[in-house]
Amino acid sequence: MVALQETVERVKRIGDQYRYGFETLIDSEKAPKGLSEEIVKFISQKKNEPAWMLQWRLKAYRRWLTMTEPTWARVEYPKIDFQDIYYYAAPKPKKTVTSLDEIDPEILKTYEKLGIPLREVAMLEGVEPKVGEEDPARRKIAVDAVFDSVSVATTFKAELKKAGVIFMPISEAIREHPELVQKYLGSVVPTSDNFYATLNSAVFSDGSFVYVPPGVRCPMELSTYFRINERNTGQFERTLIIADKGSYVSYLEGCTAPQRDENQLHAAVVELVAVDDAEIKYSTVQNWYPGNSEGKGGIYNFVTKRGDCRGDRSKISWTQVETGSAITWKYPSCILRGDNSSGEFYSIAISNGFQQVDSGTKMIHLGKNTSSRIISKGIAAGKSQNTYRGLVTAHRKATGARNFTACDSLLIGDKCGAHTVPYIEAKNSSATFEHEATTSKISEDVLFYCIQRGLSQEEAVGLVVNGFVKKVLQKLPMEFAVEAQKLISISLDGSVG
Amino acid sequence: MALLEIRDLHVGVEHREVICGLDLNVHAGEVHAIMGPNGSGKSTLSHVIAGKPGYEVIDGQILFKGEDLLEMDPDERAAAGVFLAFQYPVEIAGVTTMNFLRAALNAQRKARDQQEFSTPEFLKRVRKVAGSLNIRQDMLKRGVNVGFSGGEKKRNEILQMALLEPSLCILDEIDSGLDIDALRIVANGINGLRSPERAMIVITHYRRLLDHVVPDVVHVMSKGRIVKSGDKELALELEACGYGQFEDAA
Ligand SMILES: Nc1ncnc2c1ncn2[C@@H]1O[C@H](COP(=O)(O)OP(=O)(O)OP(=O)(O)O)[C@@H](O)[C@H]1O
Ligand SMILES: [Mg+2]
Repeated sequence: MVALQETVERVKRIGDQYRYGFETLIDSEKAPKGLSEEIVKFISQKKNEPAWMLQWRLKAYRRWLTMTEPTWARVEYPKIDFQDIYYYAAPKPKKTVTSLDEIDPEILKTYEKLGIPLREVAMLEGVEPKVGEEDPARRKIAVDAVFDSVSVATTFKAELKKAGVIFMPISEAIREHPELVQKYLGSVVPTSDNFYATLNSAVFSDGSFVYVPPGVRCPMELSTYFRINERNTGQFERTLIIADKGSYVSYLEGCTAPQRDENQLHAAVVELVAVDDAEIKYSTVQNWYPGNSEGKGGIYNFVTKRGDCRGDRSKISWTQVETGSAITWKYPSCILRGDNSSGEFYSIAISNGFQQVDSGTKMIHLGKNTSSRIISKGIAAGKSQNTYRGLVTAHRKATGARNFTACDSLLIGDKCGAHTVPYIEAKNSSATFEHEATTSKISEDVLFYCIQRGLSQEEAVGLVVNGFVKKVLQKLPMEFAVEAQKLISISLDGSVG
Repeated sequence: MALLEIRDLHVGVEHREVICGLDLNVHAGEVHAIMGPNGSGKSTLSHVIAGKPGYEVIDGQILFKGEDLLEMDPDERAAAGVFLAFQYPVEIAGVTTMNFLRAALNAQRKARDQQEFSTPEFLKRVRKVAGSLNIRQDMLKRGVNVGFSGGEKKRNEILQMALLEPSLCILDEIDSGLDIDALRIVANGINGLRSPERAMIVITHYRRLLDHVVPDVVHVMSKGRIVKSGDKELALELEACGYGQFEDAA
């Protein structure tokens, strides 16, 4: 059909229209290519790490040498040469940055181009919103910016400190709060967990660390923006968030990378710990470079994200909007250990061009009366493949476990594929697991109805898709929802914005 | 000059000719009714005018305001003033009627280099029209046509038409599925839009709609052609005698 054909063609062009594809020209300092014990020591030394941290890394590295890459995901790519990657790149100068003025202006410009305000003054400008009519656009967000392997700036540190919240680069936390880091690092995703997580444990260079003390409701959204800039560089960031008893924190993560012909590896690990009555809300808008219209280049996104509802009545909620990357391999999961704890996973995964997405979640019910909810919306266009892979299990002792899963897939064109792979395992009879799945094609009649009312082809697709993902978009904090909505339209028609 | 001028139109669907040499002239200010047996090509004609993909125009011409309509994209036709109330309106989940109306109105205004309406101005217009069509506010907050009854869907079509203020309104069986009261409401909505600048093509099987919306011309369509045209009395004649006599003519 003509209308659909047009969409398919527009979709093909998207690879050449990646908005964040510029690169920043700055001097950087790299470790030599390849991976060895020497490189692990080099990274640890660059970071001024204590001995225990180096030992932790080396143990992971030795373990990694014995492991092989997982192959069960529905993704295909040429074998990665792990000796052909730089494992450490830092923008010069390497001296510690104490104020924003010391940051390379080129980097500041990069974040400005990305629309991420690193200057607190900019955020504080203008009139404070009146009580009761909070202006969401002017709400404060503390930002930690990670450029290649290094955290370049964290804003609002002082204000957070007043509330007792620790929000800093993990490299700093290792030095300043070793007791917290030692207690929690690797306690959710053990160093031996999987090939990429183990690799990350050996070579991670930076990332964010958050600790919210008991009873504290974090006074602002926390956010990290990851940017890969260097060529041939892997990015291995490590995020650790701990919400102590009765606390609450909402955390946002955004990522972009320049447009390059070669593939780049991104293997992050995110660990969340929620103690009794604590709640963590983790939102991601992932927009790594997806590769061009022929499928050349793009980020390999092999990420391990896991949350541990360690305490009773704790709650962890993952929301993700995945639009970028050549390959996505990602399963943000919840371990529902505490009694009455709950986990949520809301996902929008869009694949287009030659992108491959294999994403989903795991809900591991261990405690009593635990509940989980999974809402997944997959959209496949172009020649892409989009797989939802989910696991819901109830342990023998997890009496009263409840799960509700709804997986909907939308296909645009007839050269793409959507797949749903749900695993369900209940080891006790009191568990109630519900699973719903639908796959539909974007309907010609619906598109024509919109176009007859005056919408362009792109606007019509954008409108229908945004309607399809609405339930998940509503879970995002306001600022992100607006950004995500735009991103969805852009990644699907390649002509808007 | 006619607002809409169709000359010797031939249209194929799935390798079969379903419109076979159709001529039609509609002037501004006129209301034309098209009646005809099932499968005679009435909906096909309305789709081709609106630019729905999937139809092959084998021959002929359609001029709208003197311009070649077949050269225009369907959204351009909409912005130029062509509106089609569908025989089977679709449902769009997750998109509220309100948002849909706004997106459509703004898209058309943008295409015509007009300014978008401000939010209060837009709301004022929607409320006014919705009120006159007996459409409740909560329906505007639901997904487009999602869970609407047959009659509600049809009223929603008229709501869109009234808001978009097109110059050519094509109404494909707007009366099907309407109860007696709804028919009157819809007919009033249509009559309220009759104006010297606007033309309407009303496709229907029943005379009762034409009692409310009185046409200037009635056409009988059969086997892809217009086989007879007359005044409103023709509708009465059809109701009495059926289409048999015209099938032979076709
Ligand atoms: N997409 C299509 N594929 C195949 N045949 C089609 C298609 N659309 C229309 N037709 C055929 O074209 C002819 C005209 O159909 P159309 O819907 O225009 O009739 P109609 O006059 O509107 O009928 P009704 O009064 O039942 O609504 C019919 O024979 C129909 O089967
Ligand atoms: Mg019809």
